[in-house]
Amino acid sequence: MKNDIDIDITIPSHTRYLRMISMIGEKVAQEIDCPEKIREKLSCQLAVVLTEGLVNAIKHASSTAPDKDIHVRINVSNKNLVVRIYDNGVGFDLESVPTPCFTSSGMEEKGRGIFILRSLMDTVKYTRSDGGNVLEMRKNLA
Amino acid sequence: MDIKTELTEGVTVLFIREDRLDANNSEELKVKLHNLFEKDIKDLIIDLKDVHFIDSSGLGVLVSGYKNASIKHGSLKLSNLQSQVKSLFELTRLHRVFDIFMTVDDALQSYK
Repeated sequence: MKNDIDIDITIPSHTRYLRMISMIGEKVAQEIDCPEKIREKLSCQLAVVLTEGLVNAIKHASSTAPDKDIHVRINVSNKNLVVRIYDNGVGFDLESVPTPCFTSSGMEEKGRGIFILRSLMDTVKYTRSDGGNVLEMRKNLA
Repeated sequence: MDIKTELTEGVTVLFIREDRLDANNSEELKVKLHNLFEKDIKDLIIDLKDVHFIDSSGLGVLVSGYKNASIKHGSLKLSNLQSQVKSLFELTRLHRVFDIFMTVDDALQSYK
């Protein structure tokens, strides 16, 4: 079977839609043609990646464009899974986000979102796009 | 957020009766924990039996609670981690920080 899924979703910039985007991610993963164990893992991972990505977009868009919707695109081919999340905020420098401290004495409440994305996906990029920003995350399926 | 609170032998147990602990509801747990620590409650167990999904915001609130408990010379322990929750704890190495138990009873036993 050939993997060929391309989904575009537009969501209001609010955390109440996290459950919905997670469920969409799980359903998309369940349609991917691959061994069942990998599909189950992808389903969990995609739910987390979409949640973290959407929260990131809400956080970075909320200060400058709280009423603007967030655009999410999920593309699955035989080669890879690509998630793109577009926001209209001021953006941030992905490279300057530090790895969280793992010890009980140094650990912070915040700062695990990007680490989780980087751990679950093969590449994570955040770039300017059409006056906004796009968080692009790729995972090889081949 | 639906949270059931029980006091057993001096230990406060919070049962999180939600299937998700994420950026949409974790702030409510943070407030709940803050209020408990303000009341000088030191030893806490958070039962996550019903929680099947957690994100970095949910983890952050548990870390915040852990740190507050430590400042008060108390403890925050966890029980009943479901598979996705366990995976994210392992991914973020938090399983090495928290005392995690299979059941609430096991967690309570650790205080004896």
